[in-house]
Amino acid sequence: MKLYLKVWRQEHRDSKGGMISYEVDGISEHMSFLEMLDLLNERLIQKGERVIEFDHDCREGICGACGMMINGRAHGPLTGTTTCQLHMRSFNDGETVYIEPFRATAFPVLRDLKIDRSAFDHIIQSGGYISASTGQAPESNSIPIAHEVTEAAFDAAACIGCGACVATCKNSSAALFTSAKISHLVLLPQGKLESADRVVSMVNQMDTEGFGHCSNTEACEVECPQEISVLHIGRMNYEYNKALALRK
Amino acid sequence: MIDAKIPAGDLADKWNNYKDSSKLINPANRKKLDIIVVGTGLAGSSCAATLAEQGYNVKSFCFQDSARRAHSVAAQGGVNAAKNYKNDGDSVYRMFYDTIKGGDFRSREANVYRLAECSLALIDQAVAQGVPFAREYGGYLNNRSFGGVQVSRTFYARGQTGQQLMIGAYQALMRQVSAGKVKTYTRHEMLDLVLIDGKARGIIARNLETGEIERHVANAVVLATGGYGKVYYLSTLAMGCNSSAIWRAHKKGAFMSGVSWIQFHPTCLPQIGETQSKLTLMSESLRNDGRIWVPKKAGDERVPNDIPEEERDYYLERRYPTFGNLSPRDISSRAAKERIDAGCGVGPMKNAVCLDFSKAIREQGRDKIEEKYGNLFRMYDKINGVDAYKEPMLISPAAHFTMGGLWVDYDLMTTIPGLFALGEANFSDHGANRLGANSLLQSCVDGYFIAPYTIPNYLSGELKAEKVTTDHPAFIDAENNVREQLNRFLNLKGHLSADHFHKTLGKLLYDKCGLSRTRKSLEEAIVEIRSLKKSFDHELKITGDEGVNSELEKAGRVSDFLELGELMCHDALQREESCGAHFREEYQTPDGEAVRNDKDFCYVSAWEWKGEAVEPELHKEPLVFETVKLTVRSYK
Repeated sequence: MKLYLKVWRQEHRDSKGGMISYEVDGISEHMSFLEMLDLLNERLIQKGERVIEFDHDCREGICGACGMMINGRAHGPLTGTTTCQLHMRSFNDGETVYIEPFRATAFPVLRDLKIDRSAFDHIIQSGGYISASTGQAPESNSIPIAHEVTEAAFDAAACIGCGACVATCKNSSAALFTSAKISHLVLLPQGKLESADRVVSMVNQMDTEGFGHCSNTEACEVECPQEISVLHIGRMNYEYNKALALRK
Repeated sequence: MIDAKIPAGDLADKWNNYKDSSKLINPANRKKLDIIVVGTGLAGSSCAATLAEQGYNVKSFCFQDSARRAHSVAAQGGVNAAKNYKNDGDSVYRMFYDTIKGGDFRSREANVYRLAECSLALIDQAVAQGVPFAREYGGYLNNRSFGGVQVSRTFYARGQTGQQLMIGAYQALMRQVSAGKVKTYTRHEMLDLVLIDGKARGIIARNLETGEIERHVANAVVLATGGYGKVYYLSTLAMGCNSSAIWRAHKKGAFMSGVSWIQFHPTCLPQIGETQSKLTLMSESLRNDGRIWVPKKAGDERVPNDIPEEERDYYLERRYPTFGNLSPRDISSRAAKERIDAGCGVGPMKNAVCLDFSKAIREQGRDKIEEKYGNLFRMYDKINGVDAYKEPMLISPAAHFTMGGLWVDYDLMTTIPGLFALGEANFSDHGANRLGANSLLQSCVDGYFIAPYTIPNYLSGELKAEKVTTDHPAFIDAENNVREQLNRFLNLKGHLSADHFHKTLGKLLYDKCGLSRTRKSLEEAIVEIRSLKKSFDHELKITGDEGVNSELEKAGRVSDFLELGELMCHDALQREESCGAHFREEYQTPDGEAVRNDKDFCYVSAWEWKGEAVEPELHKEPLVFETVKLTVRSYK
């Protein structure tokens, strides 16, 4: 099949970017979306042009490196899917496809579709962990945890940190990402002890990084490749208010 | 002769003896010591975090945009530990024995015993960090079985065990960043190792955003940069996985071992086209409930569901009745290749076998199967557009894990003093074949529990060492070499992309140094790789500049893969026996089983770099078995 691409090209963090058109033919429906870009890049090299830069690594939907806005949707038309797991059978011959980076103040563009997501690292650094140094752990079966509790914690811990939630939110909020971490850790008995300081610190860090407030539109859940629930945001708000109310 | 420095004492006491007598550094002095850790996968993150907790200053490097994305995330099935929670006869000794046997008696007893011993503490540590391992309804941890063993010792977090352990290690690392004890350098790639007075004292790294070449000095350097299975291009590995850090250390004097021992994972998605970039892994845990078969008749054109039961060949159950579908990976992969080569393969390219869940769904119900493997079935559907609850998955062996890597002693130190190699980057624990769920284990154990003892033991001798700065001539030289190579790549006026060379090399290695090898195929491969390297040096074409440039990154990695590929062939050629994943067609029984030669090859091959297109020099570390008896490895 043949596609007409409009791709965001930008030289550096501070330079002005724009949409550039490309025609790509010879696409097979079995190709992944990124393999289609590989094909285009191979042809750009042959023409002596700089390739389209994009982040990607595992290409099996788990590392969270890839991510772009495809026809205005984070990770493209499917739900519960990362860009690398999107295949060309989801597109029609002759279609025009718009490809842009995930956009947010807190995610500056480095070049083309590559962005800087270190703001997520900073949020985790502000408290997204359980303080258990190597050597301190008790025997692992000494604290039984109900099956359902572990499963619920897992659902939250499944976040891959791709940033689709931020990119799709009209306020560029990191509420889904942050709340998933808060839920993961507060549900487990090991993580309860630090929960008050954690939630306050992480929520403040979101603001510091330049993410907006939750827009309550639930758009993030729709685009999340791991289908993380917005109910975690509710839990984050509850934990945050509880922490402030009980603060000495 | 190279010395592994195995501690004295009974097998079960060696590690305790080591810990009791290793040298310590007082907390005030730890602040004066800097350690570079390259790689932020399970081994790198856990090592960096643990050393920082102890009080050392750590610089952590990764090429990804965040430490959390290292390829450890992709491990699905689980992590082994000899907890014996299932009360099914497991013990540290039994886990040690399974691992030694699984590795076809080509690993060190002392290392493997230590791995099994430390497995207990790892589960405790991970649970304390909040890793949501599967639990039974009573709240206690659950286990499942993996290939090559008869007990249930695999802990798992759905099909994302690697991701969840990685998040635990990443969060521990982030905690130390916030404590000011770790500084992270993301989007940085190590391009050379700096030696001063024969010791590892720093690295040259390229900032992948700005293109800046940076010098970093330290008292010790740790490489936890993962495996090099991506040398085959089509593999289960991430696109960025590479051998550059270990290969450049090799060229600076660190020996490489077990280089050709590459595990082909039996349950991957088959190749379906020429533009494919990846052979996705489907967890081995699927073999707990899935049955593997091919049509009995060669060239059967029917779709799998139309082939009646009596015309199916469940070849693993037939050939290995004791272990059946849970036979170890090397054996399962070879058996698949044997059937595919015999013309019984299925799928559009006739290069796959069936992994069938119909019996399990009939017996346990779809819900149960969905709970266990739901995400894997979803992934299969996403990639292929096929519902595996209704028809069998098509799977095929793919390059996966490298048992080989930098040679290390019992301290995980390479032949360069002060240079340590952890996790898949070293060669140490898996012998000629790794058992499922031992990879996550080894990387974690190396990083959390071993290196944090052995690195201080080395550093205690470095407290009084001369201070060096990045102005030292060795740093200037190394930086100049790196710049020269990058400039050469950018100025080449060729016409072929780095991917072109990578794919050509990969295909060549699959054919001639893959699941099976012969003297002839290996000798041919060496000649062909050398000529491919020559062509690469002249005909490569890189566009773009020295800023963000993924083609420039690839060029360096492919250049290293070409040299490494040649060493793989030398290693496979020299070892005239079949062991584990290394199957030389000349050495097999009439029914196709591997024939090991303990008389002539019971040693670790450690290769020394002698220059480009020059034969490498072989050093031997004899393998001494004091506890186990070498037997023919049988799963029949």
